[in-house]
Amino acid sequence: MSELTAIYYIWRRELIRFYRSKSRIIGSLGMPFFFLAIIGTGMGSVVQVANGSYLDFMTPGILSMVVLFGSIFSGVTVIMDRQFGFLKETMVAPVNRTSIVIGKALGGATTAVIQGMLMLGIAMLLGAHIEIVDLLPAMALMFIVSVMFVSLGIAIASTMEDMHGFQLVMNFLVMPMFFLSGALFPLNMAPELIRWLSYIDPMTYVVEASRYLLVGYSTMPIEMSGGVIGIFLIVSVTLATWLFNRIES
Amino acid sequence: MIGLVSAKSTEAKNAIETDGLTKRFGTLSAVDNVSLKISKGEIFGLLGPNGAGKTTLISMLVTMRRPTSGHAKVNGYDIQKEAAKVRDSIGIVFQDPSLDEELTAYENLDLHAAMYKMNRKETEARIKEVIKMVELEDRLHNIVKTFSGGMRRRLEIARGLLHCPDVLFLDEPTIGLDPQTRQHIWSYIKRMRKEHGITIVITTHYMDEADLLCDRVAIVDHGKIIALDRSSTLKDSLGGDILAIETPCSEKLKEAFGGLEWVGEAKCHDGRLILRVTKGEQRIPKLMDIARKKGIEVSSVSLHKPTLDDVFLHYTGKTIREEEVSPNQSLRARVASRRRSG
Repeated sequence: MSELTAIYYIWRRELIRFYRSKSRIIGSLGMPFFFLAIIGTGMGSVVQVANGSYLDFMTPGILSMVVLFGSIFSGVTVIMDRQFGFLKETMVAPVNRTSIVIGKALGGATTAVIQGMLMLGIAMLLGAHIEIVDLLPAMALMFIVSVMFVSLGIAIASTMEDMHGFQLVMNFLVMPMFFLSGALFPLNMAPELIRWLSYIDPMTYVVEASRYLLVGYSTMPIEMSGGVIGIFLIVSVTLATWLFNRIES
Repeated sequence: MIGLVSAKSTEAKNAIETDGLTKRFGTLSAVDNVSLKISKGEIFGLLGPNGAGKTTLISMLVTMRRPTSGHAKVNGYDIQKEAAKVRDSIGIVFQDPSLDEELTAYENLDLHAAMYKMNRKETEARIKEVIKMVELEDRLHNIVKTFSGGMRRRLEIARGLLHCPDVLFLDEPTIGLDPQTRQHIWSYIKRMRKEHGITIVITTHYMDEADLLCDRVAIVDHGKIIALDRSSTLKDSLGGDILAIETPCSEKLKEAFGGLEWVGEAKCHDGRLILRVTKGEQRIPKLMDIARKKGIEVSSVSLHKPTLDDVFLHYTGKTIREEEVSPNQSLRARVASRRRSG
């Protein structure tokens, strides 16, 4: 019971911090907005994918991107906590470290879902065809995916000393994960090397699943994308818990 | 068996006991075979230059780092086998800031209470109490980012006390603060002990802090405790106060004082006679009497009480200031220690 209270408070801390950083919210929506508004509509006049518009094709991909970036960032705030000293306060408290990981993962996931929903609103304003009834399952998917990526962020952050490594993670892990996921182009038409690499990218399955839920188009069955997401979820949460428990100070 | 252990824990006479506690980073012994006992209700000081190993010693006692060898008990609980119980019963104010700057003072305290499993009613009552003690009531709902260094320090002390710990660890509580704020913090520390009888362990590299605040002081250098006692006893152990008597005939005066058993070392230096005398201020009239009887003129007398720095000098051959590691060296040590802890 009391561990649950601690988890709740750690979750709430993430929300308070998110709410107070208005610039972070606006900033995080800037890039997806330009992707949709410029690339989405610009490419839309020359490209048609499957049987919908390019904007419809792209929206689930950009949604996944928002969730990915938001979640990884939330996870990596562990490094900021370390730099500003707050991490020590949690490390010496008589609270289970796994509870801290859970609270942080749930908190980061909540904020990522809020960002994703805001972004979906923007996409709909720009003319993407999304049914309101599809929003709830998409939200549930985003939440699960965020827990997975926040955990990945925590796992990475637990092994890093300071924010310098964050750029490295963004450029060499997060960006390739996004570009290889098929968020921007259909993978079944891509060169073999890219297609092969995309299969080991968890983002591919996230994009496939959200496209299935939002626009009803997918190159793989939902059982497969859902199953792979489940496996990645377990792996990243386990990894985050293990690495976070190993931090000594 | 379990019953026996817990009974022993609550009745533990000493708040802290360490036995051969050691922490090594590679070849460097940050804490080297430290054995000490700290009684309940004591204000205990760890005095030494930066880099002497005080913080490493504390971080083992608060279960943040695991010792390389040796044992320690805090409130009767083993720091390795019963880490959770140790954490429950202690409060810590770190050397570096550890507040969440984006949250308000209240939110910081509230989160702390949740992590220490305090119930709602208790939390509200204690927050009111501690925030009043550190005189930050009017800033309770302000974001910590807007606080000055002294205010943050006070808030951290309030937070360390929130869950009524039996032992409070203060790592350099007044570092970088102005004299007025330091005085303030010292008075809180004294009040906490007086009103709640809690044990307080302070690390400091300020002599005056150790001297004015602590019941007993352990002088730490290179990871070892080189002296441990009441600060007055430590200072007395040097053989008393230093009297400098200015006189035209210092050699003659030295001879005159020769027979007195309470005069220790005596030497003539630069037209002055330098004496080591126990209870110096009480001896001055007597010495002056002797001088007058011998007809020796004395133009001035100055008394210098030994400080803890003199004690440090006595045991290490250096003053604390000289011992301070260069910023470069300490940075390297810190990097090395972090690498190993990751």
